[in-house]
Amino acid sequence: MTAVAAPAALRPTARVRSRAWWVLPPLAVVGGFFLYPLALVAHQSLVERDGTTGFGVWARVVGSAEFRRAVWRTVEIALLSTAGCLVLGAFLAVVLAFVPFPGARAVSRLVDVVLAFPSFLVALAFTVLYGSAGVVNSALGGLATLDFVYSPAGLVLAEITFYTPFVMRPLLAAFAQVPAAQLEVAASLGARPWRVVREVLAPEALPALAAGGSLTLLLTLNEFGLVLFIGAKDVVTLPMLVYTKGVVTFDQPQACVIAVVQVALSVVVYALYRVAVRRRA
Amino acid sequence: MTIRLDRVSVHYGGVCALRDLSLEVGRGETVALLGPSGSGKSTALKAVAGFVRPSSGRMLLGGRDVTAEPPYRRGIGVVVQSYALFPHMRVAENVAFGLRARRLPRAEIATRVDEVLAMVGMSEHRRRLPRELSGGQQQRVAIARALAIRPPVLLLDEPLSALDAALRQDMLGELRRLRADLPDLAILYVTHDQTEALVLADRIAIMRDARLVDVGPSRDLYHRPPSTFTASFLGGANLIPAEVVTVSGRTATARVGDRTVTAACSDAATGPAVLCVRPHAVTVGEPGGVTGDALPGRVTAVQWRGPGYRLDVALDCGTAIRADVPALDGVPAPGGRAEVGVGAAVVVAAEGAAS
Repeated sequence: MTAVAAPAALRPTARVRSRAWWVLPPLAVVGGFFLYPLALVAHQSLVERDGTTGFGVWARVVGSAEFRRAVWRTVEIALLSTAGCLVLGAFLAVVLAFVPFPGARAVSRLVDVVLAFPSFLVALAFTVLYGSAGVVNSALGGLATLDFVYSPAGLVLAEITFYTPFVMRPLLAAFAQVPAAQLEVAASLGARPWRVVREVLAPEALPALAAGGSLTLLLTLNEFGLVLFIGAKDVVTLPMLVYTKGVVTFDQPQACVIAVVQVALSVVVYALYRVAVRRRA
Repeated sequence: MTIRLDRVSVHYGGVCALRDLSLEVGRGETVALLGPSGSGKSTALKAVAGFVRPSSGRMLLGGRDVTAEPPYRRGIGVVVQSYALFPHMRVAENVAFGLRARRLPRAEIATRVDEVLAMVGMSEHRRRLPRELSGGQQQRVAIARALAIRPPVLLLDEPLSALDAALRQDMLGELRRLRADLPDLAILYVTHDQTEALVLADRIAIMRDARLVDVGPSRDLYHRPPSTFTASFLGGANLIPAEVVTVSGRTATARVGDRTVTAACSDAATGPAVLCVRPHAVTVGEPGGVTGDALPGRVTAVQWRGPGYRLDVALDCGTAIRADVPALDGVPAPGGRAEVGVGAAVVVAAEGAAS
């Protein structure tokens, strides 16, 4: 009995060792390429230009009006863009999924293609179309001038254009999961289309809407390419500020402080999303 | 009269799913639409519910033309095979859905929900979510939800197919009881199961290839099938080609090979016909051992099925038939000669021949 039990007792340890070999490489990659640089940035934010450490840089950055404006602007642009994406994305997804029209499948494929585009392409298209020397203004021939592209509203519109597919795609997948029989039975019970959407479809698609919305909020909070390319007047977001401090004025400690705030903001949004999803489940 | 379909056709793209269906379901009547998969029975139900728009024909509810009306204006109760309960709503909320859509006062909604949940024996489960219920319980909730709006018409689309055999038997009994409790309700019941149709329906409409084949009172269709398809689909009858020699009232004399048998008939005339006899109505015995009309043949297979045996017999006239015989009877061995009694057969005009 003992002779049989001994090798069996050794087996779990061997299994743990074998597992460790599988876990180590991904841990090394995550540690080396993500956690270590992040720790470096966090550390840099605590180092003054004269080499001393402390919260001096933090106090200066957080106390500055420029930083507070950037935080406010970042959150404002991200929230407005996300709200716009949710409204437009939900509407377009409902139409694509439930209103049969010729070319619906082609439009759905186009949505997938947009997901693969770089964001600055939308900015470029906006500039070419609506910019001061763009196609639309040329066509108007001086009768009127469109001048919204280089404003916060222009940036929000560009972000809505680019990020709406990020809301539509999970919603379309969720709609495909709702059995047609549920919608038909709801209608037979006397529910008009709007009530069916509100009381049957929406609750079942809510996790997908929350996922798409959270992803959009995260991406718009961190958006850099669109903001830089549009170059809207008075629009300085946190990523722009990191860029200015780190690359233009070479103030590494301040750039690191803002980057840490940016990461913290993203983590908080992600945590809120997880809580929302868990509550829903 | 409550439901009337008048030459209703439905096309999906270029495919015809229902062709020229004319059917009536009266107040207090249960009509079963019976047919194999793809026969158009579910499409017919969807047309009545308003889920698909007919490409031609008219749909009348209580004399009112509802062909172009959306489902939410028709006031029809629908129960589907998958139950289609709203997963995020509790049982009571599911049942109240149609009443809230009709903007009924809260007190009345509560009363009606209590009433229908009691009717289907689900009062105790009113706070549960659909995923916390068994298949049979979900089916009861689906029925309660459809009945809560007090519809004049109830459509049931294969409501028992997702249940296991024992539960299906129980639910059949429940549905019969409900039918008795709701004497004014018109019910259209779609199924591919002949037992469900026979147990529940006053009349059965047999569908095949998007068309209505036969319609009539259940007993008439079963005992005197008007067509060979109905004979084989409703009761799995053996079909033996025959030649009707004489017809006298509702009895015919038919020749099968070198034998002559007497059988009941509905509309058959003299000439080519088919002798329909169900497996349980066939008697099998040793040569010379069967009294009455008998056809000679050879037993090709014997299958024990508990209460009895299923025999495959190749008749000398060239037709293979099946016979269900009780275990107590002497069972011929496979390969042995036998005589098959078809005294309970019905003569039906051969398909394509004038009746």
